Amino acid sequence: MQINLNGDSLDVRDGASLTDLVEQLGLSGKRIAIELNMEIIPRSEHPTTQLAENDTVEIVNAIGGG
Amino acid sequence: MSEQANDALVIAGKRYNSRLLVGTGKYKDLDETRDAIAASGAEIVTVAVRRTNIGQNADEPNLLDVISPDKYTILPNTAGCYTADDAVRTCRLARELLDGHNLVKLEVLGDQKTLYPNMVETIKATETLVKDGFDVMVYCNDDPIVAAQLEDMGCVAVMPLGSLIGSGLGILNPHNINIIMESAKVPVLVDAGVGTASDAAIAMEMGCEGVLMNTAIAAAKDPIMMASAMRKAIEAGREAYLAGRMPRKKYASASSPMDGLIK
Repeated sequence: MQINLNGDSLDVRDGASLTDLVEQLGLSGKRIAIELNMEIIPRSEHPTTQLAENDTVEIVNAIGGG
Repeated sequence: MSEQANDALVIAGKRYNSRLLVGTGKYKDLDETRDAIAASGAEIVTVAVRRTNIGQNADEPNLLDVISPDKYTILPNTAGCYTADDAVRTCRLARELLDGHNLVKLEVLGDQKTLYPNMVETIKATETLVKDGFDVMVYCNDDPIVAAQLEDMGCVAVMPLGSLIGSGLGILNPHNINIIMESAKVPVLVDAGVGTASDAAIAMEMGCEGVLMNTAIAAAKDPIMMASAMRKAIEAGREAYLAGRMPRKKYASASSPMDGLIK
């Protein structure tokens, strides 16, 4: 199924959880935060939060800035 | 307790020995970022929150690998936000990113040319963030009325600009910053505008509690040496403030005694 990730479409398997998505992207263990359809999903809920078709996901991290 | 420890900067109940706060933007690479920040002696370090670059090399080091939250107090900022809603959203993401850490630097910008703060949106965001339990250090203009309002709303530090972000023009309206400091009960820090070490020293000599800077260090020819210069300028300025400067006089006053002069 298709989701929208950081402004681009991405194909993920049906029923994938946020943890599955993070693994698919090679971001396991990285310091990131995830918003699903404008709502922040705490890290502890990533394994149990399932994605649905056309979900909008934002994954952010810290970068240099002042 | 040493004199330095007694003179700590206290923000949201936490004590810091360094009064220099630094950003992490515009450096050549993460090695330079790490070395410059180490040389600055800063304990509070600002970072931006941005979309993760999907498809990047997964082994590539992340900023927080070199600027560890175990070692530094990370101060996520809302740079690049032009509305209260975007700034609040960014702060909430930062809190999730940093495991519930509540200290944020709020900046809501007005336009890209000046990066001047939009105070209407800043006040709206402050209201929401304070209610939501954030400790807000707020970037603001040098208007004493607005600064007092932000303090009343519960900001833990008020941070008027010295001059425009990244301009390096120094402190253009020291009189306004003095008025802000006169009545403020939370720390007043100069945020933005410092160009070189003397600008930082001037802010501290005026009695500012601290200075936040990024470009003055990152855009120097030798950022690591400039970071060290800024650390010294902040310390020198603070000591000069505590020592109390001599009064300004119109005419000369001889330092050597007149008695015993050879005839």
